[in-house]
Amino acid sequence: MSAFTLEDLFTIMRECAGEEESVDLADTAALQEFAELGYDSLALMEALSRVERAYDVELPEETLGEALTPAAFVDAVNAALAARTPAVEAAG
Amino acid sequence: MTAPAPTPTAVVTGVGVLAPNGVGARNYWSATLRGESGIGRITRFDPSSYPSRLAGEVTDFSVRDHVPSRLVPQTDRTTQFALAGSDWALADSGLDAGSLPAQERGVVTASASGGFEFGQRELGHLWGKDPKHVSAYMSFAWFYAVNTGQVSIRHDLRGPTGVLVTDQAGGLDAVAQARRRIRGGTPVMLTGGMDASLCPYGLAAQISAGMLSGSDDPARAYRPFAAAADGHVPGEGGAILTLEEGRRARERGARVYGEIGGYAATFDPRPGSGRPSNLERAVRDALTDAGLRPEDITFVLADGAGEPEADRVEARALSAVFGPGGVPVTVPKTMTGRLYSGAAPLDLVTALLALRDGLVPPTVHVDAPAADYDLDLVTGRPRPVDGDAALVLARGRGGFNSAMVVRRPTGA
Repeated sequence: MSAFTLEDLFTIMRECAGEEESVDLADTAALQEFAELGYDSLALMEALSRVERAYDVELPEETLGEALTPAAFVDAVNAALAARTPAVEAAG
Repeated sequence: MTAPAPTPTAVVTGVGVLAPNGVGARNYWSATLRGESGIGRITRFDPSSYPSRLAGEVTDFSVRDHVPSRLVPQTDRTTQFALAGSDWALADSGLDAGSLPAQERGVVTASASGGFEFGQRELGHLWGKDPKHVSAYMSFAWFYAVNTGQVSIRHDLRGPTGVLVTDQAGGLDAVAQARRRIRGGTPVMLTGGMDASLCPYGLAAQISAGMLSGSDDPARAYRPFAAAADGHVPGEGGAILTLEEGRRARERGARVYGEIGGYAATFDPRPGSGRPSNLERAVRDALTDAGLRPEDITFVLADGAGEPEADRVEARALSAVFGPGGVPVTVPKTMTGRLYSGAAPLDLVTALLALRDGLVPPTVHVDAPAADYDLDLVTGRPRPVDGDAALVLARGRGGFNSAMVVRRPTGA
């Protein structure tokens, strides 16, 4: 089970960058590029920062340039979350 | 030999108004003729611990109804006003913007403070939490040029753009710059100004300037030219205008409010120099630029600082040019508070509607001007007039004086 879902991302995007009137943020949007969905690089930077705060995770800076679709962004967040878990356990 | 081509004229074909006493030009104008004031105790935050507690707030503006959701998280209230005002100014002009290449449409606005409320919130995040909590949109949302930028993007205006920052005088300076661009060959310009900084940070900045009234009585706090004037009330809002090249506007059958007929700006000597203000020269030069004599001016919308020394300087300049009591003078800002960069564009709209309807709106809350000002101040109720041209004055803190003449449409 994913710790971070597409719906989580869409919720954050709506909060921090609104929603294009002509675009429906649904599962079908997962593989469209952010630019097609009406989100520019600043909107993504804002979303990235919100995800980092809400999930207490640090995403590599390359995420902005490499995760061009919502699906790729969700994968990047889950990869970062998974990488974090052993460290937490080791510390515990 | 052929005659030189006439200098293109800049005419106003659309207006978008947000004012404390009316949202939309129609609501604003009817409230203004009724003498309705939008000044009251600040409601956007608790002002009780501040030395000034009154303001002209825009109360009936729903952001969600007028600004795309995509733009709400990245804009301050001042930009939301500018976006709505520019939408309305374009719609009001009836212009099909798509009929022109994007490079032939531009935008110049004035700004006195930028996005203060947005900036206050994000600076709070910076020192209250950490840099990660600062919005990425802080990179531009607070900035003076943000209204011009967002309006340019929204309406795909890729011609000349700019922003003027000369406090309250900027509202006229921006329109003058837009007129220059029209004369230089750009057929359509959006211009004007909006300010909305009625947040603790914005109020603190105005209080530090020392010009705000401390009164809690909305009917006594801002009384320009009264003997007992003791400062002004801040307000939020302003106006955006659609300017078009005159011949082109007539050819497409546009409804024309009037022409930006003349303009001049001067700067005052440094305080304490003993040299007089250059406001009178701004008035005379604007008349010259318009090709008019003082007796051609039907009425004056004064800056009306509400501060005795500034009021005296303005009254003297008007008496020197027009003769003692020589022209009807009014300050409709008494119904809105001073809107900073938004004030003069709103005064231009007021002047054009007053010429159209032959009614000069009153200066409210002032029974009579101080006797030694020799002013024919319009008070109590609108005054019927019949004439073709009006003068708008705007003065900015730090020495800025601007004067603009508007004329009724000709050959209509």
